[in-house]
This record gives sequence, structure tokens and C-alpha cells, in this order.
Amino acid sequence: MKFQGTDTYVATRDLTLAVNAAIALQRPLLIKGEPGTGKTLLAEEVASALNMPLFQWHIKSTTKAQQGLYEYDAVSRLRDSQLGDPRVEDIEHYIVHGVLWQAFECDEPSVVLIDEIDKADIEFPNDLLRELDRMEFHCYELHRTIKAKHRPLIIITSNNEKELPDAFLRRCFFHYIKFPDKETMQRIVAVHFPVLKHELLKEALEVFFDLREVPGLKKKPSTSELIDWLKLLLAEDIPPEALRAKEAKDAIPPLHGALLKNEQDVHLFERIAFMARRKQP
Amino acid sequence: MLVDFFLHLKSRQLPVSTNELLALLEALEARLVSGSLDDFYLLSRALLVKDESLYDRFDRAFGEYFRGIEALPGFAPEVPEEWLELAARKHLSEADRLKLQKLSYEKIFEQLKERLAEQKERHAGGSKWIGTAGTSPYGHGGYNPEGVRIGGESVGNRTAIKVWDQREFRNLDDTLDLGVRNIKVALRRLRRFARKGAATELDLDGTIAGTARNGGWLDLHLRPERHNAVKVLLFLDIGGSMDDHIQACEELFSAARAEFKHLEHFYFHNCVYEGVWKDNRRRHDEKLSTWDVIHTYGPDYKLVFVGDASMSPYEIARPGGSVEHWNEEAGAVWLERLLATWPHAAWLNPQQEAHWGYTQSIQMIEQLLGKRMFPLTIDGLERAMRSLSK
Repeated sequence: MKFQGTDTYVATRDLTLAVNAAIALQRPLLIKGEPGTGKTLLAEEVASALNMPLFQWHIKSTTKAQQGLYEYDAVSRLRDSQLGDPRVEDIEHYIVHGVLWQAFECDEPSVVLIDEIDKADIEFPNDLLRELDRMEFHCYELHRTIKAKHRPLIIITSNNEKELPDAFLRRCFFHYIKFPDKETMQRIVAVHFPVLKHELLKEALEVFFDLREVPGLKKKPSTSELIDWLKLLLAEDIPPEALRAKEAKDAIPPLHGALLKNEQDVHLFERIAFMARRKQP
Repeated sequence: MLVDFFLHLKSRQLPVSTNELLALLEALEARLVSGSLDDFYLLSRALLVKDESLYDRFDRAFGEYFRGIEALPGFAPEVPEEWLELAARKHLSEADRLKLQKLSYEKIFEQLKERLAEQKERHAGGSKWIGTAGTSPYGHGGYNPEGVRIGGESVGNRTAIKVWDQREFRNLDDTLDLGVRNIKVALRRLRRFARKGAATELDLDGTIAGTARNGGWLDLHLRPERHNAVKVLLFLDIGGSMDDHIQACEELFSAARAEFKHLEHFYFHNCVYEGVWKDNRRRHDEKLSTWDVIHTYGPDYKLVFVGDASMSPYEIARPGGSVEHWNEEAGAVWLERLLATWPHAAWLNPQQEAHWGYTQSIQMIEQLLGKRMFPLTIDGLERAMRSLSK
């Protein structure tokens, strides 16, 4: 069982190695990287490549660790008791299974995605230490311990908004998806646009990497934005020459709204383009 | 097995634990990688390093260990980056390349050490010194069959250099780089959530307890949502010696803006006196009295100064010491008043911490603040926020 990337996802050597290490040693894998470098996508692709079911748990600032295990729906039970519903006798009806419970009870090995763990409360990762380590937890309402039938592959993504506790990090493997270089980027684009004109791709990548070099941008365009932009270029049927028009008045790439998401960045870029134009004779 | 390597990482201040070493051995036993050193590098990085800001340190430690150069006495690994700026790219013909004599590894490092000792300034071109675009084995952007590249992008010859030597994660090392994002992460330490405002959220525990008390009849309880409740007063030094640090301050400011609900900022020059201002362009006509500021904001605000604290000692110690106007009371008096009003305070200094000892005014202010002065780096910000939230 080895992950090698898929025909829709380009995984670099270091990434596949980290994923395979996590699979072989059955440890959680923590993924960090710039937004838009395919962190969340990785779990989906690993699941589909290895033909395993995927359980997704998207974390918000209000998410509690307990919600990933199970929740006791006291309000429904209270309502049922007041209506005299016979279901109320069995507490199991009111235990709502969380993502980890589902994955632990799954009959085949599965992939669990814990997305954007840094969004949650600072204590959140600490509350999951034992669950991720031993892959088991206790349900107090049922007096039962839920143990994983097969240890699932757990992929955790983080955007670095909070620091994760040391004890948690020590239990994970870690990979930082760095921004792809030109070669990798070409492979990524080829995966998404197999019939893209060679010229257009070359020009577009040039514009894209130039744009990333502009100093002072608040949000540098990322891979997912490049893909969106290429889609637009194709849809509008922009000729490659239009991208090359460096000396002309339109030094701003066409449809730049897909690449620059921030008003200040667009202004900054327009200003730089204006200065560059003035310098030319 | 690998214990020496593990201890070497530990001695390079990488936070590695025994568990992780065992995991690495387990991975090797499972034949996850073949014999290649590159793969071993990737594997050990994924298993031992848990933060991208430590990647650079790991790269260096890995390089040292697998080359055995840590024994070089007096070898300073940091070469000033400006030497290496890619000034020009030298095109060599095939014949030229062949002419370049292949040097052995030890020889290269021996010479590199010597040259580092000799060389004192930036160098581009030529064939001996460390610098850019030459045929010397050191530096980058040039060509030599067995070169040691120090910094910079590879120019495409690709004859030298292991992955870890590229040190592409240098920018993520938290002792160096300071961007808006990093600052935000550091400032987040200060966040304190509290419940305030209208009661809109269902309080489940309260509802259950209330219902139980009510003899089983539903008794709904609501509570207010959580908000960030930290209040910050930011005093920024502006003009004069601070001009060099404006970029860093702007970034700090824009990051702080987004992080706190209550953030008030004021400008001052060198030291705080009886007046501060909110808009630097109109600093002379729209001054606020410092007394008013003291009386306006309650003691639950946290006080943050940003300034290089580099001035003449008279500006702090004596009445009339200000370089801009006649001040009736000394700067120290005003600083003490501010500190008495807001006991939670920190001073962020963009000057390098190592240089503080050489400026008398910095020492004076540090003393006034009770050692709560921190450098304007990620590490410094973290320390400052920790001290503020105590």
C-alpha cells in the first residue's frame, strides 16, 4: 500500500515519503503550507488512490474535541421524555457518533481528515492526544470503550494560526508543503489542463512567477489561484501574445482578479505597472 | 544506531525526543527508504522536525553531521548575504569548464575557511573569492565542478549541492524573518476570550441543570457569545532614528489592528512627554495631552511601546531635554506615570538585542520598564506577549 500521487494530484518525492511513512508506522500526519497548496486535497487524493473511505472533520473556532468522538443529544431526549416517546428508555438513541467514532468502527482501513486544526481552541489538540495515540476512547453514557478496528490514517492540516502543543507534535509526522518550483508547477498544470497550448502555459507561468516576486504583496497568488486563472484564460480564449505585452499600456495581466484577491494588492500592482511604464521612453 | 546523529541534532537545539528516534528506526526497519542519503534526509525530516521554522536549523545540522565539518575550528557558517547577491551570471564555454581543476572536498573546505578569514568585502566575478558569478568554488551563481554553494538560487549547472545545503527554508527560521503573518501569530498569544454583550447562545449545561431543577419542565438558558476582550494601547516612536525601522513597525501595526477589538495607537518622538499625537502628518497642530490619554483609558488596557530607545540620555533624564520642544518634566517622569496607570507594559525594540548594551538610553529605558524590553523579532514578540499576559 503505497501512495505515489494520482493523475489529478502531483505529489513531490518528499510528500509521498511522508505520507508513506505515516501509513507504514500508523501515525498521524500533520501538513502545513501556504494557503492554496493542496493541503486539504491531499487527504481526498490519498483516500481515492488507496481506495479507502474518507471521513472529514472540518474544524471551526467553536469545535470541541468531544464532538469528534460523540455527542450526547440531551435536548432531544428531554423533548422525547416530555412527549412520552418510548425511545427515551435507551440512551443509545441519543448518542450522536462523531467522525472518529465512525472511522474507528469502520470495517476497512480509512482516512480521517482533520482540517484546519489551528482554528480550534488552544486546548483542542491536547484533548485528542490519547485518542490519536491509542486510537480508542471511552463513552461514559454507554460504559463502553470504542477501539479502532483498523487504525485509520489521520491527516491533519494547519494554517499556522496557532501553535500546536509539543506533546501533540511529538506524536505526529510533519510535512511542510513548500511552494512548487517551476518544474513541479508545470506538472501540476499539465494534470489539470492536458491540452493547454504550450505557448500560453509558458507565458502564463512567467507572468505568475513574476507576480509572486512583486515585493509587498499582502497575499501572494498560490497554486489554486493559478489553476483558476488558467481556466479563465481558456474560457476567454486569451491569446498567448496578450500575456507577453510587457511594454504596452496593459502591463497588468488580463483577468488579474483571479490572481490578486486583495484591493490593496491590485492598487500596489497598478502603481508598479504605472512606474514601469513611465520609465520606458 | 543513529544515536550519535540524534545527539548531534539535540546539541544543535532541535527539540527531538526519544520517541521520534524510535519511530525513525522503525521506519528504517520497515524499509521505507532505500539506501539513498537524499531519501534518508526527507524521511528523518518528516519524522524528527515538527515545525517549518526549524527546517533551516535541521538542514544545517544534517549537513554538518553527514560531512563531518563541525570540527573545523573557527569556521563561521554565516556568510553575509549581500556578498552573494546575484550580480552577474558568467557564461562559461565547455572548454573553460574542463579547465577548472577539480578540487577534493577537504581541500575545498580548508580553502573556504581560509578565504572566509581573509575576505572582508563583497565580491563578484573573479576566480578566487567567495561571491557571485565567478569560477571560484565558493559562493553561488558561478561554475565550478565541485563548488560549495552558499545561498542563492542554483543557476542551472547543477553539479554541486545537496538538498539540505540549499537551505530553502531559511526564510521560515523564526529568528530572522518578520512578516505580517508571523506577527499575527505571535500577537494571538495575547487573545483572551470573554463573554460580553447580548445573550444569544444556547447554554446547554445551564439548560439541563435548570430543567432538572424545574422538575423536568424545559427551562431554556441563554448566554452571550465569546469575544476577544484584550485592550491594547500602542505607543509608536516615529521619525529620526526610527526611519530605518518603519517597515517593521508598519507591519506590526497592521497585524495588531486585525488582532484586537480595542486598539488605540499614539505617536511620540524618542520619548513620551506631555503630548502625543494620532496622525503623524498633523503632529504639530493636533497634539493630545498625555494627561487626557491617562485619564481616558482604564487600567485593564495593556501598554505596548515600539521604539528604538536610542537618544541622548538627557531626553529621558532631564527637563528640557527633548530635541523638539521645551519639556517641563523629564521623559522618565512621564514614562513612570504611564507605567503606573497601565502596569501591564512591554517595550518592543527594533534594534538588535546584542547591541542594546552599547547605548546608554536603551539601558535607562529598560531599567524604567523593569527589564520588559524585547527585540522586534518573532521570538521577542512572543516573549513580550507572554510577559503581557502574565
